[in-house]
Amino acid sequence: MTMKLKQLTTAFLAAGLMFMISCKGKPKDSDVQAAVTTALQTTPGVSADVKEGVVTLSGTVSSQADKDAAESAAKLSQGVTSVVNNISVTPPAPAPAPDTTAASMTAPADVALKTSVDAIVKDFSGIKADVKDGVVIITGESKADRWKRLKIALDALKPKKVDASGLTITK
Amino acid sequence: MALQDKYKELIDAAKTSGTNNLQVNEQDGVLHIDGEAPTGAVKDQLWDIYGKIDPNFLTGDVVLNINVATAVEGAKLKVITESSNLNIRKGPGTDQPIVGKAAHNDTVTLISKSNDQWWLIRTSSGAEGYAYAQYLKPIE
Repeated sequence: MTMKLKQLTTAFLAAGLMFMISCKGKPKDSDVQAAVTTALQTTPGVSADVKEGVVTLSGTVSSQADKDAAESAAKLSQGVTSVVNNISVTPPAPAPAPDTTAASMTAPADVALKTSVDAIVKDFSGIKADVKDGVVIITGESKADRWKRLKIALDALKPKKVDASGLTITK
Repeated sequence: MALQDKYKELIDAAKTSGTNNLQVNEQDGVLHIDGEAPTGAVKDQLWDIYGKIDPNFLTGDVVLNINVATAVEGAKLKVITESSNLNIRKGPGTDQPIVGKAAHNDTVTLISKSNDQWWLIRTSSGAEGYAYAQYLKPIE
């Protein structure tokens, strides 16, 4: 009986000791998180979430190589047991043509164009303007000389087209 | 090429009048003409020819973007608003706060060009800020 109790106590002690060691050897998620975040600094656009040593990577990169690099970097970080790679790869938009002519012809984004158009058109009562796919659509009515001034201003914004088919010229 | 034939007189006039960096491109049925005219008078002339070929510019098959070479730093500019005052803003954009105004037909000085649309100017009263370039015409 005494022997059995002694054995049990030893077993408990051993288990306890092992538990303590394993606890000590297991870094906190916050430490792992910090290490992984540092490791991922070379691959922007990627974020990491750490749970019990398991790192889940997410975000968007421009190539598979970047995705793999982020995973390798995370794996090498201290305290990481495994890595779940949820990074999505989105290839970058094709580079604009080096031809300066083509570049200058590229109409600005509709939003930016609309802002510029609105700033001009607000001074021309009776005329309304809308922007769609880089085309400025003019409606309403105006005297010829006012419309000419507006058209000069609009063309300077380099739109794809100024569509005035909905405009009536008054005498 | 048909568009270039239709607007041949305009393109030829731009060439012979000494318009610099002249670019003529046809894209999606629209003729884009870009360049820098030596004077405001040449710009006016080009627009008159355009208006003759396409009365009231209603066809929409040309985008004529002509800058004026005399709009250089230090140049005097006339405020050519519809009738209202021209807003002078802290920065280049309509979202920027208004820091002053220049009266219709007033003369201001060009300090620098932020971009094609926004120019940094100084008014006759000394106020400095950004104004919309389309309302400023070089005085020759």
